Order: sequence, then structure tokens, then C-alpha cells
Amino acid sequence: MDAMAEIRLTFFQECEEQLAALENGLLSMQEGSTDAETVNAVFRAVHSIKGGAGAFKLDALVSFAHVFETSLDRVRSGELSPDADVMKLFLRAADALADLVAASRDGAVGDTAPYVAIEEEFNALMGGAATDDGDDFGAIDFSPVTTAFDSAEAEAAKPLNVFRIRFRPLRELFAKANEPLALFRELARLGTVTSQCDLKNLPFLDTIEPEDSYLSWDLRIETESDIAGVKEVFDFVDGDCDLAIEAEVPAEILPDPEPAGDLDIAAIMKKVREEAPAIAAAQAASGPAVAGGAEAGEQSQPKAGSRTTVQPTIRVDLDRVDRLINLVGELVINQAMLTQRVLHSSHVRDREVNSSLEELERLTREIQESVMAIRAQPVRPLFQRMSRIVREVADATGKDVRLRTDGESTEVDKTVVELLADPLTHMIRNAVDHGLEGPEQRIAAGKAPEGTVRLAAAHRSGRVIIEVSDDGAGINRPRVLEKAIANGLIASDAQLSDSEIDNLLFLPGFSTAQTISNISGRGVGMDVVKRSIQALGGRISIASSPGQGSTFTLSLPLTLAVLDGIVVTVDEQTYVIPLTAIVETVKHESSRIHHVGDHSFVLRVRDVLVPLIDVGAELGVRPPSNEVRQGVAILIETANGSRSALLVDNIQDQRQVVIKSLETNYRRVDGIAAATILGDGRVAMILDVDALVGLRHHDRSPAEIPFAKAS
Amino acid sequence: MIEKSPHDLAREAEFVAFRAGGLEFCINIMSVREIRGWTPATAIPRAPSYIRGVINLRGVVLPIVDLGVRLGLPGTEPTARHVIIVAQVGDRAAGLLVDSVSDILSVEDSSIQPTPDVASNLARLFVRGVIAMDGRMISVITLDNVLPAMDLEAA
Repeated sequence: MDAMAEIRLTFFQECEEQLAALENGLLSMQEGSTDAETVNAVFRAVHSIKGGAGAFKLDALVSFAHVFETSLDRVRSGELSPDADVMKLFLRAADALADLVAASRDGAVGDTAPYVAIEEEFNALMGGAATDDGDDFGAIDFSPVTTAFDSAEAEAAKPLNVFRIRFRPLRELFAKANEPLALFRELARLGTVTSQCDLKNLPFLDTIEPEDSYLSWDLRIETESDIAGVKEVFDFVDGDCDLAIEAEVPAEILPDPEPAGDLDIAAIMKKVREEAPAIAAAQAASGPAVAGGAEAGEQSQPKAGSRTTVQPTIRVDLDRVDRLINLVGELVINQAMLTQRVLHSSHVRDREVNSSLEELERLTREIQESVMAIRAQPVRPLFQRMSRIVREVADATGKDVRLRTDGESTEVDKTVVELLADPLTHMIRNAVDHGLEGPEQRIAAGKAPEGTVRLAAAHRSGRVIIEVSDDGAGINRPRVLEKAIANGLIASDAQLSDSEIDNLLFLPGFSTAQTISNISGRGVGMDVVKRSIQALGGRISIASSPGQGSTFTLSLPLTLAVLDGIVVTVDEQTYVIPLTAIVETVKHESSRIHHVGDHSFVLRVRDVLVPLIDVGAELGVRPPSNEVRQGVAILIETANGSRSALLVDNIQDQRQVVIKSLETNYRRVDGIAAATILGDGRVAMILDVDALVGLRHHDRSPAEIPFAKAS
Repeated sequence: MIEKSPHDLAREAEFVAFRAGGLEFCINIMSVREIRGWTPATAIPRAPSYIRGVINLRGVVLPIVDLGVRLGLPGTEPTARHVIIVAQVGDRAAGLLVDSVSDILSVEDSSIQPTPDVASNLARLFVRGVIAMDGRMISVITLDNVLPAMDLEAA
């Protein structure tokens, strides 16, 4: 049972990959690349899901995948041209397939209505395609043909098709643990099979290579199934054998089988076309039969090529990787300690020792980077999920939207990728729902009716930058201002710059939508997006120009295991202030500081008064004082946008620190976000700036999402 | 040769004996992970007086409990000769700052006497019993309450 559960898990993991490949392929088909390789990749993805689902008896999944696959097969054979409508259906079907896979995984396939609806659309599509086609195949008439052949026999054979199969397994087939006999048995279930083994390639015993494949078979099957059904038996060995399936004209004297190696596609095509009327007479659909014969020879070539380019990968438990990352973190600290100690002990100021230490440092850093890279993942799957969101919201709002993505291969820490999904979904919804205008307004504004949402990722100076932009109307600043005043967020006579108005969007309790739509007006505002981005140690900013659209820019750390911070001293203890919160350091002159009583001070920063918070007093490490202390003021901005100045004794350094959990062995401490270990091996506390400011306001609401726990 | 019955074996346990605040204590050896020398700790803001701070134990942030203070005895000004017993306390790990580790005792359950009634409330919270051995009085303590509760509001 456990083993089965494990295989099942692997199947669903692979499904994820197949679904990603499917979506990827469909999107590039939509962009116009309908070459055989792309179409095949799409087909293979659906087919693999179907195959696996069959093994686990997930019937709903199998039947849906089957209909989907059949339509894709038509595209593959060139019978169905993938125009815009067809591609839209395919993309919707891919979404539905993803839902069905998820539902099957959770064992909760409830309502099958949406899937049935798509299946019906497929059936309609195929019915239409078969008659609409104007090419050679379309010319084939469906009426029973009784012309050149022995009519009585043809009529009698109506329920039975006869196919000749030339099958030569390649060495790879056996290497993948496939077995011709099993295939023949499978074939025998479809009808009566007669087989003949061809031994003429078999060498003498002294030259035989035991692992090579020498045999080939000529099979003849009488079956009710059509050629697609017969071909399906060989699906799993596709590309690992030479395979030719052709319909045999009943009562015709068979020609000698041609060796498969010299397969002439043109000849087969010709033959198939000649014989097609007979097949058409014998079965309901002519399409797959014609496609099947031609394709069998053609298909194995490109696939064989693509197989060699696949990069080998292994699946590793995330726990193991994290353990490794922790160990390397310790290595880095130890290396720093060692260096510091050696340099401080004067009697070993040896040049060789120094260069060894430098080499050690270089190696350590390289190891750390490589280990971090294991956790790094491309943002591609995240972006692909967004394309679905765009489709759904576009459908719901009746807008025509195209999602353009750039830099999908940009790599970010796995946790960051996961935690980005929600805020990004929200931003994409906003961009389509609020950002873009409807088609009429767009045309009126002289733009293309189709709106564009652009999602781009890039690495910039040790951080990852993600941009969500639309070519819509831009932020309606007068309305934002009006709304903010109405909601009492700002004074009615406030004079705000454009960017200040834009930033009002991030205030809690702000929503510009005049009517709350069911798409983005879910009570979740941009303030939540901003907070979740900040919880990831990131920043968010807006740029907007009226009539041309808006751009939201996210700047995120590459990993949650480390953080950029400023190392400060307070009362002889070392603390770290996260860089993301810091606006600037401020000159700390007594002339700018006003005592407002009760140990409280305010600091004037460019004519704005901000509370001056003595970190030492706030943390309780020294008593509050009515005297202005010497030190450095650091202007910070909290998650809700309010500003304060933190007073510390001095600033030591700016550096990257490894985040360590304080809660694992102790407990949460107000005002402290986490701990870290500095180069001297000592622990230092990382300040929780929001909580520090909150403590002052006696507002003890804890931060929504605490730091990632790296212990 | 004297053979112990399985019954006796099951009732015997080993304890690490140490001195803290001038008195002798011991804890079950199964909860001891390692014993190391004192290294300066980083203070934790708003911590109870018996928490000396946290140290870096091979990459793990480990809180240090001054066991003497925790037991209501005079505190110690730690020096390099003081010892930290790294112990498992429920799901958490903690370092216990003690004066010195004396020895390891093999004690039968029956020779552990119940805590005398005269003991203070604080002692009752930690002391599970007393071992009288070779003229020494050693209190057996439990670590369950040694760390402040996980809950922010408590302690």
C-alpha cells in the first residue's frame, strides 16, 4: 500500500511537470509555432497523463484526457488547423485538465459537468473538422464504397478491419523494460492476431550481441477497432521501434512485406490514399486511419533526437537540501571566525597562512552559492499559473487580454516562488480588471482592442525584480484622491505629489473599484499585497502614466535564509536592522530634536516631525531618559507606511546575515524578528521594526507573517 | 558474581550531578546532550532574570538558563571555568549554566527520597526528590519548568 501510495505521489508530481509542459507548448502554439516538435510535446504531455491515470483507474481523468488527446492528434496530423478559437479551447481544456488532476489527487472529483462541457466542445470541433476539411482527405466520401472491390466480401467484413503491422523493436525498447509479447497479448485483445517472426537479421551465435534486438514481426489482425485503436497498443513503445501499420484490403492478395528500414513515406501515403475508401467504408471516422499510417514512420525520427538533449535530474527531499544549507551556513560562520582568530593572533602572520585562508573563504562562498542554487527555481511555473489567471479574468470581464512574459528562467528561492503566488495573482487580477479598459474604450483611445499585461522577471544587484505592467488607462489619480479623502485616509486639503497619490493604493481599506467586482474586489486590497511582499523582505513600487498604463515593481531577496541588514550597537550589544525597512540615516542634531515630555522625543526630518524611538529603552535594556542621547538616528518606514526614527549608539556595518529562529528553542520576543550569527560567532538579534514602533503605540498586534524559520 | 534481576535494572537510572548556587543537584542523563565550557551570551530583551541570553551552538541559537537563579539561589558571575549543560527540555534545547559538573551517579529508584515538606514553592516546582549518598545531599531536578513558557504572555 505504501509503495503504491508512493508511486501515486510520483505520478501526480510528474503530472505537474506534464501540465507545465502542456501549457508551455500550447502557449507557444498560440504564438504561432506549430512545428511538429511543439505539437508532439503537447500531445505527449496529455498522453502521459492519460497513461498514468489509466494505471491508477482514474476514469474521469482518462476519458477527459482521451478526448483532449484525440483532438490534439488531429492537429498533429494536420487535419485540424490550430486557429485562435481552437487554441482557446485547448488552453481551457488544459486548465480543466489541471483541475481534474488536482481533484483526482485529492480523490474528490465531484462535479464533472465542466469537463463534460469541454468534451462536447471537442466532439463538436472534431465533427466539424472532418467535414470542413477541403484537402485530399476531406474529399474522401463517407458513403459506403462498393466500386472496385469484391463487393460482397467488403460488405460482410464491415465489422472487421484487417491491419498488417510490421513491428521491429529497437534495442531501446528492451532497455525500457518493454516486452513485445506483452504488446502482442494486448493486441490479441482487440481481435484475432496471426504473427510471423522474421529471423533473417539474426546473426550466428558467435557474433550475437545479447542485449541487441534482431527480431521483427509481421502481424495481421482482424479487429473491430480502427487503426487508432491498434496504434494505441504501441503508444508506449513509440519511438523505440520501427512500426508500420497499414490497412489490408480485404481479399486482396498481400504483397511481400517490405523491410521496415526502407520505409518510404510517400509510398505509404500513396498506398493509404488508394486504400482509404475501403477503410472509410469499414469504419466511422477516416481521419486517424490516414494519419496513423503516415505518421508511424515519420514520428520516431524527431523524438529520437530530442531524447538525447534532456538534462538528467534527480528528485531530492527538501529537508535534505535545507539541512545542507544549514550546514553550509555554519561553515561560513566558522570560516569567518577562523579568519578573525588567526588574524588577531599576531604570531602567525604568515603569508602562506593568509593565502590559505583566502582560498578557504573563496571556496566557502562558492559552496554557499552552489547550495543556495539548489533551492533556486525558475519563476516559469509561477508565470504559467498567471497566464491561467489572465484567461479567467479576461473571460469574466469580457476583455481581450494577452499575457506577455519575460525572463521566466530567472531563478528565485523556492519559498519565495511559493509565497509570491498569492500577491502576484492579486496583482494580475487587478491589472486585467482595473488596469485594462474594455475593448470599446481601447478602440476609442486609439489602442489595439487587445490589452497586454506584461510579467517580467530579472536579476538586478543581488535581488530579483518582478514587474507587472499593463497598457491600460493608468491610475485615475483624481478618483484615487477623492476616494482617499472620502475614506478619511488623508485630509481633504492635503497636497500630494503624483507618486504619493499612487502610493495611496497601498493603504489599508482602500479600493478604487466603484463597484466591487467578483474578481478583485474580494476585500483584499493592495495593502495585503504590500504586506506579504514586505514579509518576504521585499519592496513594491508603482509607476503610472495616464493613458499608457501602470507598472508595479517588486524587488525581492533571492532567498529567505539570508537578509541584508545594518549592524548597529545599542548599549554594547549588537543588533541588526533589516535594510528593507530603512529609508535613510539622519543627522542627529539636538537642534532638530524636540522633547515632548514623558521620555518622548520627535525628530525633524525635512520639516516633517517623526517620533524618535530610543531602541535601547524600547527593548528594555536601559531605562528611558529625558536627556537626548548621543548616537545615530535611522529613518525607517513600517509596513503601514508610517515613518519613525530609531536611535542607536552607532552603526558598525552593512552586511548580509543568515536568519536563525529564536523560537525553536526559546520563544517569540516582542520587537525581535529573529536572531543571526555574526562573524565573531556571537548571536545578534534582528530587530522587528514594525513591532518596535507598534510597542510604542501600545498596539501589540503581531506581524502578520513572521520571518521564515531557518533554524 | 552478582546478577541483577531485570526488575532491578529497570529501576536503576543514571544522573549527572553538578553544583549550582552552592548546592548539589542532578538531572537524568537521558536529557543531557552535551557539556561545554562557558561562552559569553547575547542578552535577550525583556527576558526573565534567570535567562542569561543566547549562544551559538554550532549554528543553533541556544538560550542559557542560570540554573542557580532559576532555583532561587544566588546568581553566578560566569567565568571560563563555569560549565554549560546542554539539555533537552521537551521540544526545545537549553543550556544550563552551572558552577561545575561533579560526577555521574547510578541510582536505584528506591534510594530517591521524596522532597521534604520544608522545601520552598520554587524548589517544589523543580525538585523531584533527594538522593543521600556518601554524606552528600543531592536534589534530583526536573527540567520541565526551566524555560519560560512558549506563550508570549506567560512568565
